[in-house]
Amino acid sequence: MERLDPMLRTIELVLFPVVAVLMVACLYCIFCVVPNEVTMGAVQRIFYFLVPSAWVAFLGFFVVFVASTLYLTTRQLVWDTLAHAAAELGVLFCAIVLLSGPIWARPAWGTWWTWEARLTTTLVLELVFVAYLVLRSQAESRDQAARLAAVVGIVGFLDVPLIYFSVKLWRGHHPIVFKSGGGEGLEPAMLKTFMLCMFTFTLFFSLLLALRFRLGLLQEDLAEIKDREMSPGA
Amino acid sequence: MKNLNYLFWAYTLIWILLAVYLLSLSVRLRAVASQLRRLKSRLSPEEKT
Repeated sequence: MERLDPMLRTIELVLFPVVAVLMVACLYCIFCVVPNEVTMGAVQRIFYFLVPSAWVAFLGFFVVFVASTLYLTTRQLVWDTLAHAAAELGVLFCAIVLLSGPIWARPAWGTWWTWEARLTTTLVLELVFVAYLVLRSQAESRDQAARLAAVVGIVGFLDVPLIYFSVKLWRGHHPIVFKSGGGEGLEPAMLKTFMLCMFTFTLFFSLLLALRFRLGLLQEDLAEIKDREMSPGA
Repeated sequence: MKNLNYLFWAYTLIWILLAVYLLSLSVRLRAVASQLRRLKSRLSPEEKT
């Protein structure tokens, strides 16, 4: 695990200034460059952070899915540590989606919340991964936590494609969020800003994942040393 | 521009959540790193004997 530490530190050092600059660029584009959307007006600008947050939340849960599968096949704890880190980030970004979404919905739909297919399945996803984190903290041993969490992580991820197809499956009324000037498709400034935000959030997620993964590895080292201290003869 | 207050609160909420998470991450990292350093320095003289 110590071999990963310098690599993660390098990733953090490289990504931190890049993400900081890109984040400022995103905010400048969102508030100073892009035009107002035709039907939703200013409030549509929430989507430049909301949609990338949803994307990185799903990315986080995908990492949980892959790392959990690898843990169950190899039984190497490093995969479980990675899955735990990604799950925490997935929950964070999903919470951003679930909290900022209603702030957009109030002026756009006239209600804070509706049991629409995509909203409901996203809420279910968040609750499954909150349960994942609670389960880990309540497990009796490290191995039990890893094994049970891996199963929940894999099953929980199955909700992600369901969210994507939910609008078609249950005829949800989730909007097409980027339309300006009455024509079809995306205004070039909107498209560029949206792509910039998606790219920035992906890098931001990578930075946070590196930090949280390093924390997990350090916690593993700490637990190992404490075990050695408790049983010096072992 | 109408609905600016919604836009303001959405971005404020997002940044508060991100700031709180980053702060908690940094606090946890520092705590674990210092605990690890202390334990390692306490263990290393014992291991030599």
